[in-house]
Amino acid sequence: MTMTPTAPPQQPPPPEPIPPIKIKGQRSIAWTRRKLALKRFWAVYRRNAMGMAGLIILVIIVVLALIAPLIVDPTDLDPALAQGIPFSPPSTEHFLGTDNFGRDVFAMVIFGARISLLVGLAATLVTMVIGAGVGIYGGYYGGRIDSVLNAFTNWFLVIPWIALAIVLTSLLGPSLFNIIMVIGITSWAGTARLVRAQALSVRERPYVERSNALGASNWHMITRHILPNVFPVIFANTVLTVALSILSETTLALLGLGDPNSISWGTIINESFEAGALSAGYWWWLIPPGIAIVLVTLSFTMCGFALDEVMNPRLRKR
Amino acid sequence: MGSRRYLLRKIVQAIGTLVFVLTFNFFLFRVMPSDPVQLLARSQRLSRADVAELQSNLGLDKPMIEQYVVYMGNTVTGEFGVGLQSAVPVTELIGSRLWPTILLVGTATFFSTAFGILIGIKGGWRRGSTFDTSSLMGSLVLYSMPEGWLGMILLIVFAGTLGWFPAGGYSSGGDLTGFAHITDVLNHLFLPMLTLTLGYIGEYAIFMRSSLLEVKEEDFILTARAKGLRDKSVRRYHAVPNALLPTFTLVFYSLGFVLGGSIIVETVYSWPGLGQLTYQAIQELDYPLIQGIFLLFSSAVIFFNLLADLLYGHIDPRIREA
Repeated sequence: MTMTPTAPPQQPPPPEPIPPIKIKGQRSIAWTRRKLALKRFWAVYRRNAMGMAGLIILVIIVVLALIAPLIVDPTDLDPALAQGIPFSPPSTEHFLGTDNFGRDVFAMVIFGARISLLVGLAATLVTMVIGAGVGIYGGYYGGRIDSVLNAFTNWFLVIPWIALAIVLTSLLGPSLFNIIMVIGITSWAGTARLVRAQALSVRERPYVERSNALGASNWHMITRHILPNVFPVIFANTVLTVALSILSETTLALLGLGDPNSISWGTIINESFEAGALSAGYWWWLIPPGIAIVLVTLSFTMCGFALDEVMNPRLRKR
Repeated sequence: MGSRRYLLRKIVQAIGTLVFVLTFNFFLFRVMPSDPVQLLARSQRLSRADVAELQSNLGLDKPMIEQYVVYMGNTVTGEFGVGLQSAVPVTELIGSRLWPTILLVGTATFFSTAFGILIGIKGGWRRGSTFDTSSLMGSLVLYSMPEGWLGMILLIVFAGTLGWFPAGGYSSGGDLTGFAHITDVLNHLFLPMLTLTLGYIGEYAIFMRSSLLEVKEEDFILTARAKGLRDKSVRRYHAVPNALLPTFTLVFYSLGFVLGGSIIVETVYSWPGLGQLTYQAIQELDYPLIQGIFLLFSSAVIFFNLLADLLYGHIDPRIREA
């Protein structure tokens, strides 16, 4: 989805007292430089209210997902072992009521965070690897390869992702791995276009030419010059892609194309819908997973917008 | 004439994309782990003789090239085969569902665009105002919301608890005619349309806002102010028309996403359009139908992208030079 976040008036970073640098060699210089850059970045980022709010929500959700077994009993998730009475509304015993198998909805939502985050992050990784690979390869090498890759990218940009995702998922079968791959395969094109444009422009810079003249290999040029310069451009995009991937997983799950063997927020909503939650009024089963999706997507989106403002104040000319 | 070359290039590109989609579709159903007949066998019980017969019926025993030519010919003439569940030609199945989806997606696109743009302008022009902050937050929340879930919530509240609108369907049936029929359909249309509108309004508002913020920094805005124009005139005649250009393209580009959203929204509201048909096709693993819908959605999006490019080139001549 094309969304260009807004540029705020860029405040200059606060004057940093430069700490005394002990140089112990080439590596040390590079690391000190990186640490300083990170510090400067954090100083700007933490003053972005939206970004900080997103980050805090995100950290809470990730921690909850990690310590899920400590909060709720995993046996509550097994339809055969669940103790509750099916379809019971919220009570002191079941904070968010139970589903059709008598499973605790609260436990399912907490554990659902794991699957939703896993799919979101893994699908984003696939998107980035394909997108950055195609973009850098085309942008750096140019020529005929670039024309072919560019045409390919443009095709994938136009094909509606949902149609392709439905075809692929129903053909391959809805396992978690397939869902991750399908989301990755259907959403890399935007990233590839972004990366290619940046790679094209970095390639023309004088220091890259100098490096080339000194006999640097393609591998050195790509890993040391192109990638580090592409990274700031796609970092915000990556975080936004996680939000989109989680929404995509939800969409597929709502279509009945979720992995039947794992509990994600999308599959919880789908199961409640299939079980007639709308007409029977099982709101406690339907509403919490949706709110969880909104919270996690919102926090990733807010972080992504903030990162874009911090990292690319000039790059919004599109 | 730059503009004629631009036109030609865009049309050739669109045709190229279409051919790619068709070829992709062809190979998808042949090279994938299982061939079409096995796929059919997955959703139906077939004997070995049935499989052999199906293979020759589908022409799968012929060489790949020949199959490809036959497939392309069939597609061009609108021959998509027969739906597995209903034994009705796919073209007919799709045709009967076309209008409700056009009505739903069309009205939702119109309202989400119109209100999204208005909100974006109001917020972006007074950046940091209460309206701007709250509308931006609201837009982000709506953007983060899965449409299907939003539809379910609206259904429970407005059709269930409050009972203001019908819970689903296209019309109440019966023999309403003329004006009564129209209001009846609109009454049924309202909730699904509201869902889709809310689902996309945030995106348009955010996009319009950032587009306006960018334009505000341009030199010609400074010039307009220096001429002594009132704030309102600067906005109306200089800022907004230029900020509208990228938003205009986004509306066309988002069509694929709106169509995707309509699948679940139509299912939730039993709206008898293509979306509901898609959902049924997925549940029943009706592959010929899924293929047909995939091709239709893709061609629709390719067509509207082409239209966007052509109109954009017409509105903004700078594009044609690029």
